[in-house]
Amino acid sequence: MSIRERLSGNEAAATAMKQINPDVVAAFPITPSTEIPQYFSTFVSNGQVDTEFVAVESEHSAMSACIGAEAAGSRAMTATSANGLSLMWEMIYIASSLRLPIVMSLVNRAVSGPLNIHNDHSDAMGVRDSGWIMLFSENNQEAYDNLLMAHRIAEHKDVLLPLMVCQDGFITSHSIENIELLEDEKVKEFVGKYTPEHYLLNKKEPIAVGPLDLQSFLFEHKYQQAEAMKNAKKVIADVAAEFEKLTGRKYNFFEEYKMEDAEYVVVCMNSTAGTAKFTVDELRSQGIKAGLVKVRMYRPFPAEEIAEALSKDCVKSIAVLDKSDSLNAAGGALFEDITSAMYVNKKSVPIVNYVYGIGGRDTTSNQIKSVYEDLQKIEKTDKIQNPYRYLGVRK
Amino acid sequence: MNDLIEIRWHGRGGQGAKTACLLLADAAFNTGKFIQGFPEYGPERMGAPITAYNRISNSPITIHSNIYEPNFVVVVDDTLLDCVDVTAGLKKDGAIVINTTKNLDELLPKLKNYEGSIYTIDARSISIEALGKYFPNTPMLAAIVRVSGVMSDEAFLKDMEGSFKHKFAKKPEVIDGNMKALKLTLEQIKKLK
Repeated sequence: MSIRERLSGNEAAATAMKQINPDVVAAFPITPSTEIPQYFSTFVSNGQVDTEFVAVESEHSAMSACIGAEAAGSRAMTATSANGLSLMWEMIYIASSLRLPIVMSLVNRAVSGPLNIHNDHSDAMGVRDSGWIMLFSENNQEAYDNLLMAHRIAEHKDVLLPLMVCQDGFITSHSIENIELLEDEKVKEFVGKYTPEHYLLNKKEPIAVGPLDLQSFLFEHKYQQAEAMKNAKKVIADVAAEFEKLTGRKYNFFEEYKMEDAEYVVVCMNSTAGTAKFTVDELRSQGIKAGLVKVRMYRPFPAEEIAEALSKDCVKSIAVLDKSDSLNAAGGALFEDITSAMYVNKKSVPIVNYVYGIGGRDTTSNQIKSVYEDLQKIEKTDKIQNPYRYLGVRK
Repeated sequence: MNDLIEIRWHGRGGQGAKTACLLLADAAFNTGKFIQGFPEYGPERMGAPITAYNRISNSPITIHSNIYEPNFVVVVDDTLLDCVDVTAGLKKDGAIVINTTKNLDELLPKLKNYEGSIYTIDARSISIEALGKYFPNTPMLAAIVRVSGVMSDEAFLKDMEGSFKHKFAKKPEVIDGNMKALKLTLEQIKKLK
């Protein structure tokens, strides 16, 4: 029997970390993820976990400490947001290129400047090419569940890549909502022990980690990283299948909501998907065939699968919602991933992009409704004047 | 989703509106509901206007935006009536509950002649009587439970006793006072229209 609880997204993430009971947690507090290391340090003080908690002086050191801990052969976790992740940036690439399966809880927030502590996805999008697996979460439940699956994916011998679980700052991190928790014992059994094959503290196998890697090998190592990212897809699916057996909760690469006969489709990530579901239900009650695709697995990107889902015969037009602007005069990151997936897989459906919710601008059901109205207009007129648009901005 | 109840709280930083919002979510959760409780974070400081929200439903809640057309509004501090549009979007068949000693004639112009129900409670005098200090959030919590009808008075009082025992485990002397504040509110709340 699962445990019926009500927790904020940050409490959910901290609870997952408590149940995972990693060897090391190194973190520096930053809004809106501050509560995660705060709660976790309480668990350490109360003896509820036997983790070594490293209260570092910066995020650069937090990631460095996680790298050291993982390289030594232990399981390490951290949490951060926005500029905290920016300060980690150098070490983010080192973590993934050294194939260290560190797990991070990233509570998404706008990267300054000017200074803004509220939610958008600019922090996550800044590291989308860094070789981390990235899972996005609609609510506290998904943030919790994704973290419980994280180590099984990251530490798999065919993967060995770090993984970040994203959730929306404040919108879910600071909202109290219902959640179903697993018993500690079940989590312990599901996550399992970490037994790395190669690690620094193995006296039987002296190794060097992260030495000079010049023309003769770096290319091959990057190729291996790329292959590992491809392998991750199968592992993510397998772990989700096992998690479903345990909890009854199903996690695909992306969630298809009312897509069986959808004509007008919105694609988005994290909490906005929940608001979009509410909107889809409203539109459906008026006879409008609205549908939603919520991307959970952003890295690796499910290009072929998503192109297939978005190009069913019933689909007439698509809007991709980006909670971060790539400032490239062409479109947001998710939009470019989706359009490229469609093109490569020879799928052609009218598609537009909306940059929305920047810096915590509230995204309402009415805004999303206006997107579905635009999609109906696009279908009628068969014209897209400007595929790169803004939603909810004052001009 | 027809049974969805949406509540908006208006308070000033330091008055405990956020805490009351979370306590309401807790109490409704304990009666088996699906709940959301979340403040709107801004540049907070003591005394600045703050907003917090609750959604309460019998079915799972997926919407994740602020609340623009609430069923109920709680005003924790009546000086906000002069600077915040507290009835903005408030449903006509809904209600507003205000911590004030003002009468209907004084309130109506400040509420843009709001058509729905108006309730008042003197949370200051109740708080001073029950707790010896001014903590308006405990009375306002009881007030919105009564006005919204999300649960019965009995279920609410029973649940709150449990939460206060947990919350104030280290200062049990304030439990009775807080319970008294809830009960006095349920006795003294006035429906003006």
